[in-house]
Amino acid sequence: MTPSAIIKLRFIAFTEKARLKIVVTVKQIPDPNATLKLTSDNRLARDGEVVLDPGDEYGVEAALRIKEAADEAEVVLVSMGPAKAADAIRKGLSMGADRAIHISDDGLAGADALTTAQVLTAAIKGESPDLVVCGCESTDGSTGMVPPMIAELLGFPQLTFAKQVEVSGSKVTIQRQTDVGYDVVEADTPALITVTAGVGEPRYASLKGIMAARSKEVKKVGLGDLGVTRGKPAEEVLEVVEAEKRQAGEVIEDDGNAVEKIVALLAKVKAV
Amino acid sequence: MYFSDAHEELRLHIRRFLEKEVRPHLAEWEQTLFPDSIFKRFGEMGLLGLRYDPEYGGQGGDYFSAIVLEEEMARAGCGGLGMAIAVQTEMATPPLNKFGTPEQKRKWLAPAISGDSIAAIAMTEPDAGSDLANIQTIARKDGNEWVINGRKIFITNGARASWTLLVTKGDRERGHKGYNLILVEKTSPGFSVTRTLEKLGMHSSDTAELLFEDCRVPLDNLIGEEGEGFKQLMWELQGERLIAACGAVAGAQKTFEYAMDYAKERRAFGKPIAEHQVIKHKLVDMATKVNMIRAFVYECATRWDQGDYPVREISQAKLMATQIAVEVADDAIQILGGHGYMREFPVEKAWRDARLARIGAGTDEIMKEIIAKTYGL
Repeated sequence: MTPSAIIKLRFIAFTEKARLKIVVTVKQIPDPNATLKLTSDNRLARDGEVVLDPGDEYGVEAALRIKEAADEAEVVLVSMGPAKAADAIRKGLSMGADRAIHISDDGLAGADALTTAQVLTAAIKGESPDLVVCGCESTDGSTGMVPPMIAELLGFPQLTFAKQVEVSGSKVTIQRQTDVGYDVVEADTPALITVTAGVGEPRYASLKGIMAARSKEVKKVGLGDLGVTRGKPAEEVLEVVEAEKRQAGEVIEDDGNAVEKIVALLAKVKAV
Repeated sequence: MYFSDAHEELRLHIRRFLEKEVRPHLAEWEQTLFPDSIFKRFGEMGLLGLRYDPEYGGQGGDYFSAIVLEEEMARAGCGGLGMAIAVQTEMATPPLNKFGTPEQKRKWLAPAISGDSIAAIAMTEPDAGSDLANIQTIARKDGNEWVINGRKIFITNGARASWTLLVTKGDRERGHKGYNLILVEKTSPGFSVTRTLEKLGMHSSDTAELLFEDCRVPLDNLIGEEGEGFKQLMWELQGERLIAACGAVAGAQKTFEYAMDYAKERRAFGKPIAEHQVIKHKLVDMATKVNMIRAFVYECATRWDQGDYPVREISQAKLMATQIAVEVADDAIQILGGHGYMREFPVEKAWRDARLARIGAGTDEIMKEIIAKTYGL
């Protein structure tokens, strides 16, 4: 690299630093309120009603709140999914995200968590964000593996289960939800965070937002554009088994001795 | 055909908002009235200015975006709240938007769009409802003020309104002359709410009787041309009737669906009652009427949205849609039988709420008089 190129790169890095760039990963999933079906190869059938993953709505909401608190920020959605995923992307844009990248490629059908993470990482890298915001896990696959994999592939610190996020200068501080309360965790940016429903109720889009979303940029890219070739899957779903039915509980009728019976039962299961 | 994918996206957001923030409170509000703060929330969502100019905080949408809101309010069973919001967006503010000056719009329209103020419109008087040409609320000029004397009744939002658009008449003119639309703020001297009224349905909204005793407001509170109030009002009433028709159709659709679901579940004489021909055919009649009137209402709405003024068709749409809504609710009560008459099932409320629309915004009989005139009868 020539010295002048280095100077130029530094200059760009400096000017872009003033503007906070946030990437949010979003996924379109089968409507969780509908009955889910599997295909013959143990994949989720995605031909029915589809929606923006409710978990990702919190991601978008968190990013928009960070943007509102910042001097200047841009929120970019990155989504991997079939053509239909455009609806989920548009919903995020209607809520207020600035633009989106839609990775769609027939070669990505049935991608496992690692492939997904590799592909999303390639797209995110191109954006050089200060912050990557993800839901904790997808509502359909629920592996919860993609966000940590992206963090690892990007070499970003990851702060998980954030119920509150604050970005100040080059530091991101979160309240990490725990069983008993929360931990305060911080990292230097660039960083990746996963957010919970605690970040706040996702906003409803206004008609103005919905109309504006129709003229926002959605860049469509394929595997070739990202320079990614799909490798061997790191995991494979061998079998899907229905969860065991819960045993019927024991009904204690009050014949005057119910208290004793309940106490005996609690003692038996070592609850008292 | 009538709704774009943007309309449908808006519909989903409104539906979710109503599901989460409105529906859980509706039963309580039937007892207590809905809180004023709901206007602010609707304003934040952009729902009070869907088709108004962004310059005043509006969303810049078309008439069908207003229909989306009306339909979703009806679908959620909002009743009195739906009416109160429609009074704000489709009755009290449209004349201000169409005939007001930019300054008047900044002063009164913008806060009504943001939900910071609540609006009402007052036409009917204790002694003049259908006979609008015979109102007795007199506004005369005195220096740089209007001095208003009179009484208005059945005013939705009347008790809580920040301002009321008042239909007044001069003291000398006869017939349709000398009418003025004057905006009266709650704080104007001489204005008072004499009582709130209990009614058959629409329980979550307030309905008031208003008194104007030497009520003084600045001359600048005249909306539109002096003396042209009757004409302006006739324009306003078209919008009022059309939105009433839209709400009636959406309410009827919902009531039909409820009755159908019930009839599929409820068993009598060994099978679901929907399988008895008498019930099945009744349901078919309900659905057919609703579908046919919806098509006609949408056609009128399209013309209205294009700036057309189809008085005959809008009057026909209002007349028929509100009658059908009441018939469908009545049929639904019949299908549900004893359950239909009970408060814990939604169809008796649907009937009570729907019944108003055959009176408000012009009675069935006035619609027929108007329609007759357009045929030269």
